[in-house]
Amino acid sequence: MNLRPDQKLIAEWIKPGSRVLDLGCGDGALLAQLQSTLGVTGFGIEIEPHNILECIKRGINVIHSDLDQGLSDFDADSFDYVVMTQTLQAMRFPARVLKDMLRVGREGIVTFPNMGHWHARLQFMLGRMPTTRALPMSWYETPNLHLCTIKDFEDLCRVENFDIIDRTAVDASHQRGALMRLRPSLFGEIALFRVRQLVRY
Amino acid sequence: MASDTELNSAAAPAADSVGYVETQRMVFETPLELDSGHVLSYYEIVYETYGTLNAAHDNAILICHALSGDHHAAGIHRGARKAGWWDNCIGPGKPIDTNRFFVVCCNNLGGCAGSTGPTSTNPQTGKRYGPDFPICTVHDWVESQARLADRLGIETWAAIIGGSLGGMQALQWAVDYPHRLRNAIIIAAAPNLSTQNIAFNEVARHAIMSDAQFHDGRYYDHGVVPERGLMLARMLGHITYLSDDVLHSKFGRELRSGKLTFGYDVEFQIESYLRYQGQAFVDRFDANSYLLMTKALDYFDPAIEHNDDLRDALRETQARFLLMSFTSDWRFSSARSREMVRALQDLDKNVSYVDVDSAQGHDSFLLEIPHYHDCLRAFIARIQVGGQPA
Repeated sequence: MNLRPDQKLIAEWIKPGSRVLDLGCGDGALLAQLQSTLGVTGFGIEIEPHNILECIKRGINVIHSDLDQGLSDFDADSFDYVVMTQTLQAMRFPARVLKDMLRVGREGIVTFPNMGHWHARLQFMLGRMPTTRALPMSWYETPNLHLCTIKDFEDLCRVENFDIIDRTAVDASHQRGALMRLRPSLFGEIALFRVRQLVRY
Repeated sequence: MASDTELNSAAAPAADSVGYVETQRMVFETPLELDSGHVLSYYEIVYETYGTLNAAHDNAILICHALSGDHHAAGIHRGARKAGWWDNCIGPGKPIDTNRFFVVCCNNLGGCAGSTGPTSTNPQTGKRYGPDFPICTVHDWVESQARLADRLGIETWAAIIGGSLGGMQALQWAVDYPHRLRNAIIIAAAPNLSTQNIAFNEVARHAIMSDAQFHDGRYYDHGVVPERGLMLARMLGHITYLSDDVLHSKFGRELRSGKLTFGYDVEFQIESYLRYQGQAFVDRFDANSYLLMTKALDYFDPAIEHNDDLRDALRETQARFLLMSFTSDWRFSSARSREMVRALQDLDKNVSYVDVDSAQGHDSFLLEIPHYHDCLRAFIARIQVGGQPA
């Protein structure tokens, strides 16, 4: 099973036997892995037809749905974890999606490409929109709409009263190096956050 | 619920066809009590099978037909010009792969393709049943199919698959016999009919019943057929099975003679097409059966015995579900499939859902749309057969 580095870390955060909703589950690799190693149950939500087909081939439960339409089909607290890997930045309303995922799940796990990575900062200084290993597409092809840095995300959590349980960062190819532990907002290519909603509206 | 599949090469079956097939008949003499309270003390079911039942008897798939479908789902009858109605999906190497599965399709009770129905002889009177044939429900059909399964030696279906009214049967099976199916594939269906759908059915029924040749359903005794009414019903149905887009792209506003004639004869191509479809239907379908089938559709509502709570109705289901809908289907819209998906996901059942992009309306479920067939194929390919646990 070829999991991305951020997906491997997510698997470490999830308790065996829990109920997981994977928003923008792609080809279903993460859910399939969580199912076989941790015995989780749950669903993947996906919009791309070729990804949906891959999910069916893997035998995971996949629901064809547009996340930008919200999660109104899911009851509050109906999942232990709601996971969203590398999808937040492509949402039209990221804050709304985050709030919705923390309504549906007791805990949210979010990963996104860190625009504050030193390589991105360097390219900005040189007058270019960054393309990095975590953000390989050029500005005119990318599906990404709302890119942010680790600090930006933390600001949003503060404004929305999201409680950050845990956070880490990885580089796009493998693990957490020493620099990344020291200054994740500068050296982390992909940010991972475990969040929950303390104040319920 | 739609047109038959055209087979281009009329005479010989194609290489990926199940080939020449023959209809079989099973006689049932154990009385069947229907939802209406009527009892059928004797009835016959015609059916076809494709592929081979394996030693473990765990590779059987039941195909449930829609409103105007029948038991001839695949292959071709000797001398016939057309293949079965779902020949593009059932066959060796096709999504419903007859190399692996034993596929069964029967004509539902009350139909007019050979199973006991309004055109059959009523043993009590020696005449055709006509309007005296009791209205059957989806639940009644499931009962009759379960008895057929018993007789065929099939305790548990590997899958039950249906589109439209056929999908409703697959859902009802999952509710009525949770342990007797491992997978339910429900395509372009709904947990019950919308008010608009019932309204369309009522117009169709009214067209038939107000035909002067209907004779309160006893037209057989008069040697006539309520042709105009049945044709009208089919024309109306046909419009609702297609999308506005596909009608437009197929026919546009094209005139047959190239200019307006200021008369009420056929002028637009769409008029000619509808009349053709209506006429073709009259030649193969019985008006009383049509009335009965539309009633079965109207009555279908598994949630009704559970305070209209679909979740409660589906609570005991065991099957793994695949639901599919088509974006341009306004008769059984995607939203209706989502209602079932939502209930199943709330119950933490195994369910997947695919909304297939298609311009062809409700009829899409009969078409060979690549993404649709790919998903079906992938889902069915994962079904284990040969005695291994699912």
